[in-house]
Amino acid sequence: MSTVDARLSVFKTYKLYVGGKFPRSESGRVYEVTTRTSAAGAAGKGKWLANAPLASRKDARDAVVAARKAFGPWSGATAYNRGQILYRIAEMLEGRKEQFVREVAEAEGLSKAKAAAQVDAAIDRWVWYAGWTDKIAQVVGGGNPVAGPFFNLSTPEPTGVVTVIAPQESSFLGLVSVVAPVIATGNTAIVVASEKSPLPALSLGEVLATSDLPGGVINVLSGRTAEIATPLAAHQDVNAIDLAGADDVLAKELEIAAADNLKRVLRPQPVDYTETPGIERMTAFLETKTVWHPTGSLGASGSSY
Amino acid sequence: MASVFEYAPAPESRSVVDIAPSYGLFIDGEFTEAADGKVFKSISPSTEEVLSEVAQAGAEDVDRAVKAARKAFEKWSALPGSERAKYLFRIARIIQERSRELAVLETLDNGKPIKETRDADLPLVAAHFFYYAGWADKLEHAGFGANPRPLGVAGQVIPWNFPLLMLAWKIAPALATGNTVVLKPAETTPLSALFFADICRQAGLPKGVVNILPGYGDTGAALVAHEDVNKVAFTGSTAVGKEIARTVAGTRKKLTLELGGKGANIVFDDAPIDQAVEGIVTGIFFNQGQVCCAGSRLLVQESIQEELLDSLKRRLSTLRLGDPLDKNTDIGAINSAEQLARITALTEQGEAEGAERWSPACELPSSGYWFAPTLFTNVTQAHTIARDEIFGPVLSVLTFRTPEEAVAKANNSQYGLSAGIWTEKGSRILAVANKLRAGVVWSNTFNKFDPTSPFGGYKESGFGREGGRHGLEAYLAPSSPEGER
Repeated sequence: MSTVDARLSVFKTYKLYVGGKFPRSESGRVYEVTTRTSAAGAAGKGKWLANAPLASRKDARDAVVAARKAFGPWSGATAYNRGQILYRIAEMLEGRKEQFVREVAEAEGLSKAKAAAQVDAAIDRWVWYAGWTDKIAQVVGGGNPVAGPFFNLSTPEPTGVVTVIAPQESSFLGLVSVVAPVIATGNTAIVVASEKSPLPALSLGEVLATSDLPGGVINVLSGRTAEIATPLAAHQDVNAIDLAGADDVLAKELEIAAADNLKRVLRPQPVDYTETPGIERMTAFLETKTVWHPTGSLGASGSSY
Repeated sequence: MASVFEYAPAPESRSVVDIAPSYGLFIDGEFTEAADGKVFKSISPSTEEVLSEVAQAGAEDVDRAVKAARKAFEKWSALPGSERAKYLFRIARIIQERSRELAVLETLDNGKPIKETRDADLPLVAAHFFYYAGWADKLEHAGFGANPRPLGVAGQVIPWNFPLLMLAWKIAPALATGNTVVLKPAETTPLSALFFADICRQAGLPKGVVNILPGYGDTGAALVAHEDVNKVAFTGSTAVGKEIARTVAGTRKKLTLELGGKGANIVFDDAPIDQAVEGIVTGIFFNQGQVCCAGSRLLVQESIQEELLDSLKRRLSTLRLGDPLDKNTDIGAINSAEQLARITALTEQGEAEGAERWSPACELPSSGYWFAPTLFTNVTQAHTIARDEIFGPVLSVLTFRTPEEAVAKANNSQYGLSAGIWTEKGSRILAVANKLRAGVVWSNTFNKFDPTSPFGGYKESGFGREGGRHGLEAYLAPSSPEGER
């Protein structure tokens, strides 16, 4: 018989993160989250970790409202400001690294060392994207040499509210890798956490709340992926969807629903989240706006205006 | 109002173009009949004269064309970019050489004024091929990764409003990046694409690199759904675009869509009125308003509404409607009886919903499909004519008081393709342009196009960009392993 600890630990009630607040699911439902006993995720019943909120359609709709409300200010913030906030997220995570290493180890059935490597990589990813906020426009936008007396400039702009189906297996590094590029470019996000391993995602909400990130920019939901994702894919006020964590059958279903208001869709694809990403996860959720103006080329035969 | 100026007829000669009585499908470098022998007629919308009989591609023909394109892909994609570039330069040059012929052909088949095919469509068509020719051997500098790779066979479906220009927008970047194409032109305007097939022949383009399949919507649907197509590019209506998005769901086909629009043309009280009036006319009456990025919603600052509308009506009274081949014609024919019916129905609905209708005195020819330039005032945001794309020479006028209101009204649309801003104040242009959810914003000008400039929509106006460096992306596989197929 094991010895009883001198002190009884305090459990944490994991909650959703919506609009900068921590609601329980409006449905009042929870589901059991257990450890994964192998990295492959082949776990049967592992050790009980916590009861996570089982978010409902209503929670999903609330998250869309929050994300839409946050979109104006967040997309309108300077890129410099957004970069600092993303870097601040990295700072906050660094300070709570131990917690995340434990949660990721339990969630994914990893050794402490391997989980630590994942968390380090996730922190570094925030730093990487923090540096992109004020550079992406220069890389993918610019002036166009029009054959005529016009000045014209193409600028990337965020698509809007993006639903992110977080990867199922990589509960934290994968999650950060798909969320950070979405908000780095000025979009706001509704994240559907890994169904089996939602706790690192829900804890990330606590970090975001203390990172100067305005409420609503990232909203984290946990529960049954298909149940939450389906109304989000069909929602008329969602502009894009990243299907990273959807299986083939669900992905196709969601893509069909997304066609209804021509959401931008990023299909699931094999990704090694330990590799430095390219810019495609950012450009997938950017629009290009081209603004024209006459130059009034003086003395030339063109426009005199 | 009778025109102050009387113009003698100045028709362009039809003799520069030789239209054959019938045309086949263009598959693997050969003109061929449809497998089931089906044909349809292409008629001139200004006279209802039958121009030619054209083979109508069915599913079997689509399969044959895709196979030809697949076979050609191997060699075409392996060619050094510099060689592909030379083919595209050749095509561009031949288009320039034959541009008068093609302009007349396009005017006959589409109904748009020769002034526009000659001065807008054709120069842009050639320019697009020139622009993308230059990219073919410089793709590693385009910013889409170190190893830019083509996708394979591109299935492309284009509309009837700019038949040859849309072809150029689709084919030039596809070939430059090493893809091969199967293109379906619209059923009302197949002829210039078939003439383009002849240009491919003159240029010595390898067989199967470009295949042209005239047909109706079912031909396009078969092409989009074909399992050996790797890339789908569509320009047309939003409803069809959504259908296509559903069709390719769950596949690995890359998709770009250029769909409808309901562009807001915003005129502030300090705008140069005369230029603005010209811009409004260009915005909605260019190509009979059959333009996805048309400025079909005029938003006028309330204080200048009267003055602006007076000027606009005066200007509209000077537009000449009639024979598209006449060099003095401003307004040509509507492309088809079907489109004319749609415009007619929507304008009748506009009246029924209480908007006030106005057109200049205008005599319509007795044969062909015609619609007088039309202006609606007293339009509210709830009116159908302020929400639905009419795709015709119909302008809906709304008013606003503050820049914020202008932005809110402009953005109050399912579409987000284009917008216009007219003001002398630079900071206002930039502030408003920044807030508009539209892919192209013209300030103090309207409906300007250039091959170097990306074009495409926000929201339900579709996704992806055509033109410019951005236009290459639609035809390249991503550089990361994410793109491995």
